[in-house]
Amino acid sequence: MISAPVLIASAVLLGLGTFAFRAVGPLLHARIRVSPSVQSLMSMSATVLLVALAATAAIFDGSSPAGWARVSGVAVAVVLAWRRAPFVVIVLAAAGTAAGLRALGV
Amino acid sequence: MRAAWRDLSERLGPGTLRDILLVNLAVGIVGVSYGAITVGDGLPLWAPNLMSIVVLGGASQFLFTGIIGAGGSPVAAVLAGLLVNARHLPFGFALADTVKNRPVLGSYLMIDEVVAFALSEKDPVRRRLVFFTCGACLWVFWNIGSLLGGLLGNAITDTDTFGLDAAFPAVLVALVMPALRDRRTRTLALVGAVVAVAVTPLLPAGTAVLLALAALALLPLMRGAGEAS
Repeated sequence: MISAPVLIASAVLLGLGTFAFRAVGPLLHARIRVSPSVQSLMSMSATVLLVALAATAAIFDGSSPAGWARVSGVAVAVVLAWRRAPFVVIVLAAAGTAAGLRALGV
Repeated sequence: MRAAWRDLSERLGPGTLRDILLVNLAVGIVGVSYGAITVGDGLPLWAPNLMSIVVLGGASQFLFTGIIGAGGSPVAAVLAGLLVNARHLPFGFALADTVKNRPVLGSYLMIDEVVAFALSEKDPVRRRLVFFTCGACLWVFWNIGSLLGGLLGNAITDTDTFGLDAAFPAVLVALVMPALRDRRTRTLALVGAVVAVAVTPLLPAGTAVLLALAALALLPLMRGAGEAS
């Protein structure tokens, strides 16, 4: 197993790299003027990424299929969100559907 | 403390604060499972919290544990984690204005759920308040969860029983839905999601999401230069 110094160094490297990704936008913002069209493109990129994240997390567990219970739970969430259900209802219905289907052996 | 809480509740509205706490409760429970799995994989008890404080990114932390736990090299674990976290680059640009007063703290707290919550708010002042409230809560819940999980060990690892694995995508769906009412954004997001799902079995875990950005290449082909929000 990995030694403590290597583990700490790895965590710090991953942490610094992650922070760098997150900080480029905010730190550049103070120096350069980002045009509204770039700003809007970045907003759209963020939405595209979040939807892709939701879709892959709904269907896969890592690289293998997550199973129908999870997919069904998220599908219920999509329908409820589209119909403007309250946030709490959407999240609890998704978890409840997945848990219920699993309890039934899906 | 109590007065500060009431003040926050008033400024955010009780509904928003409740929604933030609900998400964080789920995050906390996933944190428990993260701590339990990480310690169960043979890493020391302090490892989950070290990662949760230094990295603060759930998907990359799970992946890191998975690779180290399977006997993989630390270099591979760091690189895989970085690849997964590359999506935070556009998040930083999208929220640059939101965190401009505290760019370092803001960048540190820039986590998927926090980003989604903030982007679901239109008003800049509310967006800032939601970002930092949700970010601070998430930091606390994720770390308490990681610690409890490490201490409890394998008592609770199967959060799937409670359907929590469906809760994370559901939270994202609920929060991005307002942005998806814009037809152009919706089309691009759906194309991107199809691309990401299609390539997921072929790529290292967590990296397929980045290819969703290829959908933006369709942007010049789409009619109407209206601002997508």
